[in-house]
Amino acid sequence: MNADQVLDCSGMSCPMPILKTKKAIDALQTGQILHMISTDAGSIPDVDAWAKKTGNEVLSSEAKDGKFVFFIKKLK
Amino acid sequence: MEEQKSRIAIIAAHGTLDAAYPPLILATAAAAMDMEATIFFTFYGLNILKKGNADKLKVAPIANPAMPIPIPNIIGMLPGMTFAATAMMNSWMEKANVAKLSELIDIAIESDVKMVACQMTMDVMGIKREELIDGIQIGGAATFLEFASKNAITLTF
Repeated sequence: MNADQVLDCSGMSCPMPILKTKKAIDALQTGQILHMISTDAGSIPDVDAWAKKTGNEVLSSEAKDGKFVFFIKKLK
Repeated sequence: MEEQKSRIAIIAAHGTLDAAYPPLILATAAAAMDMEATIFFTFYGLNILKKGNADKLKVAPIANPAMPIPIPNIIGMLPGMTFAATAMMNSWMEKANVAKLSELIDIAIESDVKMVACQMTMDVMGIKREELIDGIQIGGAATFLEFASKNAITLTF
């Protein structure tokens, strides 16, 4: 998938992946896509919860090569 | 009339290393989720706001049966054991890449989390405003309650 921005949160622990994701999404324009990478297993449910609460969309979330890869679309 | 945004109102009443994390993690995560957050620091929680003190908080092994490495109280009370337990916990935090408390505090203030120091506790313990970090407000019970009364999750640590 094509993304407008890549954010690598590898090595960061809760709550940092979410804090960084929020900052990155804020810097994007509506409709743009963020490619976020995390090594924190807790970020799978956390990214979903964050997107639900902030009204953004998780296009995909999967475990890949020991990391967790997300494509998040800014809806607002 | 606009609906009140979700809020989280947290009371931080303890000043040990393990008790300082939950308020800061929750408040910063809440701010990242477009929630309004306030932490009300009272009693020993004021230690978290003292200048240069956030990264110096301690945890004692004594009377702490839930510590990951069990230490009998009779050992835990010996001089140096609190220092050792604190150092051990800090090393685990670092290994797990958990942000330092001072970093979380900076992020909190930057994210508009309201950090309110309890005036009454400051009076009781003789703590002056200059001893506390910048970016905070001073308030009392009513300040906390007003914020917590509208659409807020309220937690105490």
